Amino acid sequence: PPGPTRGLLCPRRVNSSTEGARTGHSHYVTPAESAMEGSDCTAKEPPLANVCRQNYGAAQDPVEPAVPRSASHVTGSSLGKAEVACGRRWRKTAGNIKCELLRRIILISVPRNYDPALHPFEVPREYVRALNATKLERVFAKPFLASLDGHRDGVNCLAKHPKNLATVLSGACDGEVRIWNLTQRNCIRTIQAHEGFVRGICTRFCGTSFFTVGDDKTVKQWKMDGPGYGDEEEPLHTILGKTVYTGIDHHWKEAVFATCGQQVDIWDEQRTNPICSMTWGFDSISSVKFNPIETFLLGSCASDRNIVLYDMRQATPLKKVILGMRTNTICWNPMEAFIFTAANEDYNLYTFDMRALDTPVMVHMDHVSAVLDVDYSPTGKEFVSASFDKSIRIFPVDKSRSREVYHTKRMQHVICVKWTSDSKYIMCGSDEMNIRLWKANASEKLGVLTSREKAAKDYNQKLKEKFQHYPHIKRIARHRHLPKSIYSQIQEQRIMKEARRRKEVNRIKHSKPGSVPIVSEKKKHVVAVVK
Amino acid sequence: MGILHSHFSVASFNSLLALSQQEELADLPKDYLLSESEDEGDNDGERKHQKLLEAISSLDGKNRRKLAERSEASLKVSEFNVSSEGSGEKLVLADLLEPVKTSSSLATVKKQLSRVKSKKTVELPLNKEEIERIHREVAFNKTAQVLSKWDPVVLKNRQAEQLVFPLEKEEPAIAPIEHVLSGWKARTPLEQEIFNLLHKNKQPVADPLLTPVEKASLRAMSLEEAKMRRGELQRARALQSYYEAKARREKKIKSKKYHKVVKKGKAKKALKEFEQLRKVNPAAALEELEKIEKARMMERMSLKHQNSGKWAKSKAIMAKYDLEARQAMQEQLSKNKELTQKLQVASESEEEEGGTEDVEELLVPDVVNEVQMNADGPNPWMLRSCTSDTKEAATQEDPEQLPELEAHGVSESEGEERPVAEEEILLREFEERRSLRKISELSQDAEPAGSQETKDSGSQEVLSELRVLSQKLKENHQSRKQKASSEGTIPQVQREEPAPEEEEPLLLQRPERVQTLEELEELGKEECFQNKELPRPVLEGQQSERTPNNRPDAPKEKKKKEQMIDLQNLLTTQSPSVKSLAVPTVEELEDEEERNHRQMIKEAFAGDDVIRDFLKEKREAVEASKPKDVDLTLPGWGEAPGSPPSFLIKAPEGPPRKDKNLPNVIINEKRNIHAAAHQVRVLPYPFTHHWQFERTIQTPIGSTWNTQRAFQKLTTPKVVTKPGHIINPIKAEDVGYRSSSRSDLSVIQRNPKRITTRHKKQLKKCSVD
Repeated sequence: PPGPTRGLLCPRRVNSSTEGARTGHSHYVTPAESAMEGSDCTAKEPPLANVCRQNYGAAQDPVEPAVPRSASHVTGSSLGKAEVACGRRWRKTAGNIKCELLRRIILISVPRNYDPALHPFEVPREYVRALNATKLERVFAKPFLASLDGHRDGVNCLAKHPKNLATVLSGACDGEVRIWNLTQRNCIRTIQAHEGFVRGICTRFCGTSFFTVGDDKTVKQWKMDGPGYGDEEEPLHTILGKTVYTGIDHHWKEAVFATCGQQVDIWDEQRTNPICSMTWGFDSISSVKFNPIETFLLGSCASDRNIVLYDMRQATPLKKVILGMRTNTICWNPMEAFIFTAANEDYNLYTFDMRALDTPVMVHMDHVSAVLDVDYSPTGKEFVSASFDKSIRIFPVDKSRSREVYHTKRMQHVICVKWTSDSKYIMCGSDEMNIRLWKANASEKLGVLTSREKAAKDYNQKLKEKFQHYPHIKRIARHRHLPKSIYSQIQEQRIMKEARRRKEVNRIKHSKPGSVPIVSEKKKHVVAVVK
Repeated sequence: MGILHSHFSVASFNSLLALSQQEELADLPKDYLLSESEDEGDNDGERKHQKLLEAISSLDGKNRRKLAERSEASLKVSEFNVSSEGSGEKLVLADLLEPVKTSSSLATVKKQLSRVKSKKTVELPLNKEEIERIHREVAFNKTAQVLSKWDPVVLKNRQAEQLVFPLEKEEPAIAPIEHVLSGWKARTPLEQEIFNLLHKNKQPVADPLLTPVEKASLRAMSLEEAKMRRGELQRARALQSYYEAKARREKKIKSKKYHKVVKKGKAKKALKEFEQLRKVNPAAALEELEKIEKARMMERMSLKHQNSGKWAKSKAIMAKYDLEARQAMQEQLSKNKELTQKLQVASESEEEEGGTEDVEELLVPDVVNEVQMNADGPNPWMLRSCTSDTKEAATQEDPEQLPELEAHGVSESEGEERPVAEEEILLREFEERRSLRKISELSQDAEPAGSQETKDSGSQEVLSELRVLSQKLKENHQSRKQKASSEGTIPQVQREEPAPEEEEPLLLQRPERVQTLEELEELGKEECFQNKELPRPVLEGQQSERTPNNRPDAPKEKKKKEQMIDLQNLLTTQSPSVKSLAVPTVEELEDEEERNHRQMIKEAFAGDDVIRDFLKEKREAVEASKPKDVDLTLPGWGEAPGSPPSFLIKAPEGPPRKDKNLPNVIINEKRNIHAAAHQVRVLPYPFTHHWQFERTIQTPIGSTWNTQRAFQKLTTPKVVTKPGHIINPIKAEDVGYRSSSRSDLSVIQRNPKRITTRHKKQLKKCSVD
């Protein structure tokens, strides 16, 4: 019989994956488990240490006869013996699968005592792991994947294929539309679609055709598949309009598309006249977007600094919000029907709840120049923005600061950006005629992960989250290299902002209390909401 | 017949053409005189014309209606409209209608007019912008309403522990086994053999692959039904287990009080039910009553809860020496009483009570009985408190005296130990106060015990001690009794008088129970004062200085009052004794300012004992900062026989604290600048308290410290996406909502700009706004 030291070496709790072992020890609760059970761990005071000591008191007791009760208890010194015994038995009863399995389990399982008293340094050890994980994340952060070149002018618009992840469409400033294959990273088709700019491009929800609008006052519908050999590239339909269309978007379910220009027109695909046009004031509307969830809703933004929402069914505008500066484009959250984000000229992005337009839900500020485009991740948790400051940034929806900034030396003003529908990649089209492909998570490993890799990844992620507030880890995680222009711009703007803030504080301080209203940052940018 | 007529008649008279009509002639004599001065020139043609008309009209045979002739009463007759300027009134439609009333021929006109009257004028339509605005507002409200259905979904997704994308579940494309089997044939001998066997046993080989029994079972219950049934069963089982767990938990509760409360609740409920039963079904209620009665009878017959049991006897013996045993006996007896008590009539119960008490007295040993009598009635709670108090008092008596002496010793020495002494004194004052209260209680309880001296001839030491004490207290107490009997008189005066002996014990107890806590306290203080008088001369002197109207004839009373106030406000005011100790003579100069300041603080923190809190805090800080011994014992080590090595490392005495000589300051010596660089300075956002954050940090998530399953659970990522899968926007169907059947297109193509009645209503409301 094992002596008193056995209590230490062979803890009675064995980490085996057998169900029996687990149920046998159901009385024991590790701190983490208990934390999970009491999900709001704020309520209970943890008597964990005491509990554990009680439970392990028995194991330390030298008098207690340490006879293994079940297979899961066979550990430590008795392990070898058991193995030998098993081996002998197999020779007799070959093919005893159960025994074989049991043997494997025994061999794999690492006996471990989870008593917190025996692990006094768990927090420091985890801290070090978190620090390493954060460092490694920065080491492996190589987001740039590919650059697709071929356009002969700046890329003005991008579109995703709704059914195919590998296909991307782009329209350039010289009226050329190209279709790309992302896996092969080459252009598979080139169409001279318009004279002048291709202002907007969108795919039909089924993925069989796509629409383009250009400076030549036409709306053209094209087939997704190229023409047969010897046939000429011709659009399926061409609609000749009276004015220039500046944007186009397709309905998410039906054969309806919307264009914008002087007014928002809703078109039936089968007709050459819009079935409904909606206006509110007279100004050029730069972009129109269908709501992906409540598909009858549209949002548009115009040059007179406003964002207008429309209801297609009731054929009427709903509400208008006027911001401090012009909004370039908006994007609806694909998971939250009433949330949209507007990319504004004043370097900021504004996330609105469309039912309460007077205050944006969040003001996202990090860009140092006008934001030109925005697109949501299909998970609805993040979005990417393209800016005139030659960078793209990724913002969490609920954070006002970006979590990531991408830039390369050759990338000029980024005009359009898209997040692929599997939420793994980001594409951006810029002034210098290239489309670039980025990873959405800079340090993510591409390709298939083994289960251990996956577990390690998850664990590291959790560690980073857990220790993210610690100053050193925070510093490393936040560190990004920026081009000099952006960096100096940030510094400059910081100074300007501080000066403005100081002035406001002074004004409040030296005027009659209450005479100078204190306006929150969120409200500051909204000029008015028009009913 | 007006002027026109007369004109006509005169003309006709003058004319030579004697073409006259009968009616006209008949009128002649009447108007003759009136019309002499008419000009005749132009009348001539007119007349002719008139005549002609007359002739024509008469020609046509039918009796044509004559046009009514009328004369204007108005001063100004306009040819354009009717006005009522002359009368100075406004013309109303009713005025115009009045003459119409008589003639029935104008009924239709009348009707039309009345209809006009009933209709209101149509207001001007709103201008276009206004209408559009209202349209927009209505549409917006409608849309917002539609969108609000997504609120719970959005909230759920935002708070979800884990979201797995794509949201819609893809059906696994696994072909049913029948399809797989159909294209397969037995080839090897083994397979053929098996198939032979199957055929022999009439087992199905091909398509449905089900035995008849299985088919029947399938038909018996559909999958859905089975699922539902299983769900129900699961639910029932879960409920049962919850119930069981609850019952077990409740059973495990050791608290007597809890069980008592539960029992009481049950009894109450039963009573309520009984009441209801009595109302609803008197017969059943009667039965119930009988049952109760029977139970009572059984109880009376049995010797349960009486003093004849083995346990009770042993307790009775023990009761002499053991308070608890006595108490237990009391409880049992009271229970017996309760159980054997009849439910009804008041007069009877009184008798019975007397009877039972008699019985009790026979059964219970003297000591127990006596205490019970003192406490008046069979209330075990009262009893217990009394006895326990006596016990406590006996032990507390001496320590109560001691600190006082000690305090004075310290006050005399008052050297470098001053801060400590100050603190100690403060705390001691509290002690005193507490002990005072105890004594007062004691005196109250002890007094009746003393009065019944005759009875307890063979009582124990405790009681004898008590008596000694009560003797001391007696004097005071009597006076208080007096106070109760004769209201409004000063107790001081009463004290000098000898207490009347005739008062019955019953009366004696009465006012006592009525007394409030303050009174008791006062009594206690009085008592205390007598004890303290000797060792407290310094204190009193100061007090007398502070009280301006200090009369020599009633110094005691004054003092007492002072003391009372002092004790109550002890925490906020600097008590005189403390002041004398803590504040050196230098401070006397700033006394006025200081006092004002103190006064202010006192007012601000009335009810808060700030000083004490601070002292306590400091003491704790000092305790915490003391270097601790390190215990290096590990389980299993050093447990071997022989000389065990010591794992305890004694901590060396640290340097003296920086705030050792600063009574009002706590200097934190723990903060380490080097470590601070690695520490979180500000509490991160979602946490509301630092210990929440600390706990999350202290809970390890790695597999080194957790079981595999816990590790997996702890490290589940928040968002999971599958590579190569397209994530579509959320759909109403995904979350169980019904998406609208009509397409957006069809809705537009119908009538887009039609206003429903509801819209109109809203429109009206909006326009009012």
